[in-house]
Amino acid sequence: MVSIENLHKKFGKNEVLKGVDLNIKSGGIFAVLGPNGSGKTTLIKSVLGMVIPNKGTITVQGENIKKNSSYRHNIDYMPQIANFPSNLKVKELIKMIKDLRNHTNDDQNLIQLFKLEPFLDKKLGNLSGGTKQKVNIVLTFMFDSSLIILDEPTTGLDPISLIRLKELIQTEKKKGKTILITSHIMSFVEEVSDEIVFLLEGKIYFKGTISELKTKTNQPDFEHAIASILSDNNA
Amino acid sequence: MLKILKYSFFDLMRSRWSYVYFGFYLLLGVVLLFLNNDLSKAVITLMNVIIVLVPLIGTIFGVMYYYNSKEFSELLLAQPLKRSSIFLGQYLGVALSLTMSLILGLGIPFVFYGLFKSNAIWDFSLLLITGTFLTLIFTALAFNIALSNENKIKGFGYAILLWLFLAIIYDGIFLMTLIFFEDYPLDKLSLVGTMLNPIDLSRTLILLKLDISALLGYTGAIFKQFFGTSFGLIVSFIMLIVWVVLPVLRIMFKSKRKDF
Repeated sequence: MVSIENLHKKFGKNEVLKGVDLNIKSGGIFAVLGPNGSGKTTLIKSVLGMVIPNKGTITVQGENIKKNSSYRHNIDYMPQIANFPSNLKVKELIKMIKDLRNHTNDDQNLIQLFKLEPFLDKKLGNLSGGTKQKVNIVLTFMFDSSLIILDEPTTGLDPISLIRLKELIQTEKKKGKTILITSHIMSFVEEVSDEIVFLLEGKIYFKGTISELKTKTNQPDFEHAIASILSDNNA
Repeated sequence: MLKILKYSFFDLMRSRWSYVYFGFYLLLGVVLLFLNNDLSKAVITLMNVIIVLVPLIGTIFGVMYYYNSKEFSELLLAQPLKRSSIFLGQYLGVALSLTMSLILGLGIPFVFYGLFKSNAIWDFSLLLITGTFLTLIFTALAFNIALSNENKIKGFGYAILLWLFLAIIYDGIFLMTLIFFEDYPLDKLSLVGTMLNPIDLSRTLILLKLDISALLGYTGAIFKQFFGTSFGLIVSFIMLIVWVVLPVLRIMFKSKRKDF
């Protein structure tokens, strides 16, 4: 699905990714974890083509993403902070994104699911953080792409919406899609993900299932396993 | 690109500033016609206003729009769209809405005053064409500055400096050079000097067309002597087009290499 070879990225003097090699096979939920500043968002943005790597190749479904934009038809991306143009109405934003990509009718179900009907005529600048995040979810899940990338999807969500989001992720997984998630909420990661990728100082420190991680670190639970990696590496 | 252009254009058409800009030109046109009572004289006064004001508005609007629509751009970058079409679409959206305010704002009072029956119509059209060129040039320059500077304050600072330099300081330096080297033949130098500044170029272009030798000044006179009126017009038009194309190419080049 996604293969990354020897990916390097520097921002000025700050070397964020130092040779990442990663292969993500089709189907399943993959969580990208790591401490703050370990390069999670940079990695994801490189896959999306928003950050241009200094070195290395990325292919998505066998297509090299360099100087290519059409491969993004197969990707649904949910950004970390829901920053939308503030003078647009929710309805207009959804219509616009539909117009820019393929048309879809899934948005109605999602709007109902997250109870967004009362907000459709409001401007995005006047919405609360959680409501914006729900709009973000609708925009991401209304298209039927085979790769879904979620950057901190749980931010600002109330418990009911969180449950709905988890259900949504599971339904998408059952359709055979590949889902890439970053999150700092360990319980969420443990609950949804099949495999984790742990980034540390710009390199991949661990890739495998959660139980493999527990055996490797000799810790009884996931949260402690992560904590032990961090304290062993002084991160 | 056309879809982005459409959204940027309508977004700006709804903003208050487009109306303020439009209203300002409307008022300016009405007041000038009222005071001058003569179309040709109003055109000359307008030229002096347009040549300084249009670049200023183009620069400020361009920089402001780029920074304000940062979120919108990031949303678009994750969609299956080419980078060049995102930024060119936004650029054209800004430039076209500014041009529309200019043309409608000035056009309406002049048309009501009887522009179509007068022989000033070509001078007036040339004025609007030059205004359009200046909008395209300075909005493109503003986008270049904004793309190269993440920091808003810096971006604004550079944009204002650019305008100040081309609208005022450049002429000063140019004049000083001419005085300083007055013992040498300066024809070529002043020709090149005029072409390197779109504001000077537009001024010369309009004055050539209006054929007012008293206002042409040294460079204008040389321009006229060197090229003749019609060839001079063509050369200055070509230079204005080059002034649009180069910054637009840099927008495309720069946007392809930028990290978001």
